[in-house]
Amino acid sequence: MQPISSVKGKAYPLGLKNVDTDIIIPAAWLKTISRSGLGKGAFQSLRSVPGNVFDDPAYTGAPILIAGDNFGCGSSREHAAWAMADLGISAVIAPSFSDIFSGNAFKNGLLAIVLPQEAIDRLMEVAKTDEIHIDLETQTVTTPFQDRFPFEIDPFRKHCLINGVDEIGLTLKSSDAISAYENKLSASQPWLSPNQA
Amino acid sequence: MSAPQTLYEKIWNAHVVEQRDDGTCLIFIDRHLVHEVTSPQAFEGLRVAGRRVRRPDLTLAVPDHNLPTTARLDANGNNIPIADPESAQQLEALERNAPEFGIAYIDATDVKQGIVHVVGPEQGFSLPGTTIVCGDSHTACHGGLGALAFGIGTSEVEHVLATQTLQLSRSKSMEVRVEGELAPGVSAKDVVLHITGVLGASGGTGHVIEYTGSVIRALSIEGRLTISNMAIEHGARAGLVAPDDVTYAYLKGRPMAPKGADWDTAVAYWRSLATDAGATYDKVVTINAADIAPSVTWGTSPEDVLPITGVVPDPSTFADPSKQAAAKKSLEYMGLTPGTPMTDISVENIFIGSCTNSRIEDLRAAAALLKDRKKADNVKWAIVVPGSGLVKQMAEAEGLDRIFIDAGFEWREPGCSACLGMNPDKVPAGERCASTSNRNFVGRQGPGARTHLVSPAMAAAAAVTGKLTDVRTLMD
Repeated sequence: MQPISSVKGKAYPLGLKNVDTDIIIPAAWLKTISRSGLGKGAFQSLRSVPGNVFDDPAYTGAPILIAGDNFGCGSSREHAAWAMADLGISAVIAPSFSDIFSGNAFKNGLLAIVLPQEAIDRLMEVAKTDEIHIDLETQTVTTPFQDRFPFEIDPFRKHCLINGVDEIGLTLKSSDAISAYENKLSASQPWLSPNQA
Repeated sequence: MSAPQTLYEKIWNAHVVEQRDDGTCLIFIDRHLVHEVTSPQAFEGLRVAGRRVRRPDLTLAVPDHNLPTTARLDANGNNIPIADPESAQQLEALERNAPEFGIAYIDATDVKQGIVHVVGPEQGFSLPGTTIVCGDSHTACHGGLGALAFGIGTSEVEHVLATQTLQLSRSKSMEVRVEGELAPGVSAKDVVLHITGVLGASGGTGHVIEYTGSVIRALSIEGRLTISNMAIEHGARAGLVAPDDVTYAYLKGRPMAPKGADWDTAVAYWRSLATDAGATYDKVVTINAADIAPSVTWGTSPEDVLPITGVVPDPSTFADPSKQAAAKKSLEYMGLTPGTPMTDISVENIFIGSCTNSRIEDLRAAAALLKDRKKADNVKWAIVVPGSGLVKQMAEAEGLDRIFIDAGFEWREPGCSACLGMNPDKVPAGERCASTSNRNFVGRQGPGARTHLVSPAMAAAAAVTGKLTDVRTLMD
């Protein structure tokens, strides 16, 4: 994972609530065996409507998306995070995220920033004309108009994002602890390692 | 004496390999189900990094999402190739990856093949007290057996393959207590649709929900799996039902369930997992069974639930302005006018299947309604997709296939099918489907498709009348 500590730029003022994973990337796009090239299918149903924010020249190449409550609900498809990254999005700001989506976003260095609805309403206004700045180090979202919105982030996730940590590599350092756990488990619950048919 | 604990806390604590200072835990994963859609990039990641699968013996692979549900073998017993080249490529990838990494693989033509969330419980691979993951959000399903089961993304699939663990933070806990007795015509699906309507699509976010109360206790395992399956539709990380005698009776003798002396030790352990008296949840929601009617969705979020006796809502009556806007958009997509009785809405398609409702009990409920009846003429397409080859076999032994076929349904091979429209089974744009699946999202069953989520008996009733129908009006 590439280290990421801040995102600054234009933001798509989408604002919709319950943006589900089928909206982010429809199932027809999940037949790929690679992670790349999914940007073309991102937000397909929204983009089929004339005048949508994604095809508005005012927001071309925006690295931030502003959305409503429960962003990324639905499927576990990491293709949603891949498609957004492929579209050039590096951060989403919303009042809440589905648990699986926020995990998938994190694994791909896509920031999922939670702010209250009032802050979202304000950022939706600002986004129409100006850039938004997300700073992970200080955990704040700011605008050119003195707005300053602090956000919470899991300290482990923050550490991994800023340092671009390879999480599997990190876990593999705990191999001895995992082995010890496995030994204990095979003694106490031998049925968990079945002789598979 | 230690403090009283919930079922969730007991399973979580039993799986902590390591805990870091910031509270993140390395959690051991007992069971990993793998399918063709969310795994190719994970296997590729392992290959690139030169990593192996740590515990192939705890991993089971089965294709389900892409597989066509038409015949898989020709008259000579040869495989019929999959027409869609991308689907074929994804299935070939799993067929190649499983043996390369030493993982047991259930082939598309094996009678054990089916939807991962039907296969796991059916084979006894899914067990109480275990942690179960799969690259699919409906993994919450296995919580119906008392397992801590949740969906993960592909990076986490790779992480589990490589380490048999996940780095996780503990979720909050919620109890959803359903007390009373279900009225005739009200099924587990209606219960979970009702719960989703009450909690909202994000009501369970950040929580693991334990479903309790007399209604849950009285349900079969099939019914409990249906409820826990849709925990994700109210945003929960996972759903749980405490294992009990119903669970043990269901699991005993299943191919991968414990045997002999192990069985007795296992049951004793599983009995110890129930939430202790005095344990507390972060949130408690109580639901009265008498308030639950046969239910149906009207919009494009699973929270858009109504009793079948209701009318299409008027968005301007919603208190929340963002919900007003969403409802207006939903109704446009669904082609519905506020005030229309739900039972006036015609449907052209019927789908009975999915990991929510494709088990034997679901097929029995639908068949009981369809016996000696036929689908209405305006219903153009009606299919039954059993959850697994074994469910299909059992249904055929009971003659259910004949009832469906005589009623005008197509009797298909197992898979995810029209639940998400990855394979050729799709609902045409602008048409409606009474569907026993779990999501009514825009475009979920095909671009432009309009989905109404219902129970298997309600889907059968809609097939008979050609409209969304109160199943109770067709019951003897």
